[in-house]
Amino acid sequence: MAVKAPSGIVKIIFSSSLGTMIEWYDFYIFGMLAKTISVQFFPEGNGTAALLSTLAIFAAGFIVRPFGALVFGRMGDIIGRKATFLITLVIMGLSTFLIGLVPGYKTIGLAAPLLVLLLRLVQGLALGGEYGGAATYVAEHAPAGKRGFYTSWIQTTATLGLFVALGIIMFVKANMSDAAFNSEWGGWRYPFWISILLVGVSVYIRQRMNESPVFAKLKAEKKTSSNPLNESFGKKQNFKMVLLALFGAVMGQGVIWYTGQFYAQSFLENTVHLEFIQNREIMLWAIGLATPFFVVFGWLSDKIGRKWIILTGMLLGVIFYRPIFNSMLKAGDEKAWIMTTNEIVKESFTMTAAGNDSIRTASTTFRTPDGNVYTQKMVDTLYQSPGVISQTQKITYTNKIVNRKLFFHYILLVWVMIMFVTMVYGPIAAFLVEMFPVKIRYTSMSLPYHIGNGVFGGLVPFIATLLSASFLSDPLVGLWYPIGIAALCFVIGAFYLRNKTDIISE
Amino acid sequence: MNTFKRIMGLVWLALAPIIIFLLVKAAIDNITMGGSKDINQPIPWIIIISIFTPIAIGFMIFGYYCLSGEYDIEGCPGALLPDEKNS
Repeated sequence: MAVKAPSGIVKIIFSSSLGTMIEWYDFYIFGMLAKTISVQFFPEGNGTAALLSTLAIFAAGFIVRPFGALVFGRMGDIIGRKATFLITLVIMGLSTFLIGLVPGYKTIGLAAPLLVLLLRLVQGLALGGEYGGAATYVAEHAPAGKRGFYTSWIQTTATLGLFVALGIIMFVKANMSDAAFNSEWGGWRYPFWISILLVGVSVYIRQRMNESPVFAKLKAEKKTSSNPLNESFGKKQNFKMVLLALFGAVMGQGVIWYTGQFYAQSFLENTVHLEFIQNREIMLWAIGLATPFFVVFGWLSDKIGRKWIILTGMLLGVIFYRPIFNSMLKAGDEKAWIMTTNEIVKESFTMTAAGNDSIRTASTTFRTPDGNVYTQKMVDTLYQSPGVISQTQKITYTNKIVNRKLFFHYILLVWVMIMFVTMVYGPIAAFLVEMFPVKIRYTSMSLPYHIGNGVFGGLVPFIATLLSASFLSDPLVGLWYPIGIAALCFVIGAFYLRNKTDIISE
Repeated sequence: MNTFKRIMGLVWLALAPIIIFLLVKAAIDNITMGGSKDINQPIPWIIIISIFTPIAIGFMIFGYYCLSGEYDIEGCPGALLPDEKNS
């Protein structure tokens, strides 16, 4: 029997997805502008500011997001999906806009980092409530057999939010000098201000939407839950599903998602040392080319079931992460480049006093015969006594701009990793929505989602640093965390989850 | 298969306290007064261990449920739930 979609489904999907995308955009720009924000609000050398900075990074993702899932999930299951995800959108938009208005540390002192911390925590709270609402809202408009396809549009928003955030930051940065961008009231604030316009449009659209028909019916029949938290986590029948969702699906999805979209970018910048703009161009191309596959895998999950698509994405990550990252490292390895005769593009020297001695930094930009450009920095100490002796202390190779062939090579590698993301993430909303009954759905699906993505995914860089500090000889050692979590999740999912096509019938 | 699922429950039960032990040990080993990285600061560790402890307890409960056969038959969620079938 053919399943008929409700009228206006395109509008429902568009308005839900647009708001969620804006929330992701708001959340990402803070992270992407972290260096500038750190200079403006959390200056080095001030212990309190450093403490607030650490809290802003860790508390927003690890504590406040899951807490937001509980607060707004409960609200969504009691008063309704529409009102709740409208509230989260307004909170997110206002807090983002206000971050853009907070004067710097130089102007108002410690009040600046305190205000930014507070607003960042509010952002985390709002994000915790948004996703579950949008996914639930769209899923409850979708007929059985099409939930994967419809909700996959919501799944594109996290990546599109990243895409838009990268694009806007690059656009602003490209149209002004670094000094103008990084000054106290400089261009870095524009992406925060733009948010209020985006949110205004989205609120206008969302206000005109109706409540989810399934929830509205439940409410009319007075069958909504009076205590969704207790029903979700206090009753074994539901709580065991929350645990299964977290450990059998979302935990692995979270680390695959984070590794493909964020760790890859950070690795290219900090380990391979690619130049800022080229690194982001690679990410933009890879993300742009992979994004349609969220919808493809969402659609496919309606046909063959969600379980094996999600688990295959995890397994591919487990198998291929080390070869992919190793290839990234080797492709940008300067050892081969410095063996050739290279053209000098630019040279500069700086001298700084260090007691009676001097530190000389020589910066030379080279171009290899096959078109790769890199900057070599040599730091020497010129001793005053006994006579002038120069000793090279450190040579680093940075700002690498790779040639066209390597550029496409990197795009391909990142694209492959984002394809793994599309496999695990495309069907996950439908998967989660189908695990829980209507009256506690918002609460029950939001918490495992935000623990999986916010905590397990968000820990990727921290654990990578931890492992790198413990095992110095392996530059890829940080990957064992996402590989280990994805492998554990794969085993749990493979044995404890059943594929859903045997239950869904049209 | 159900027997295997139950036996694996013991593994999940054991894994949770091991993870917490390793986290606490890593925190003790890495927190240093002069360190500049996040792993050298106490605050991230306090946050991470605070949030991971209930997650690890959840993992133990998951192991216990596996062991007691809670996932033997209904390991998979229902796609069309009872309260939606008639809607």
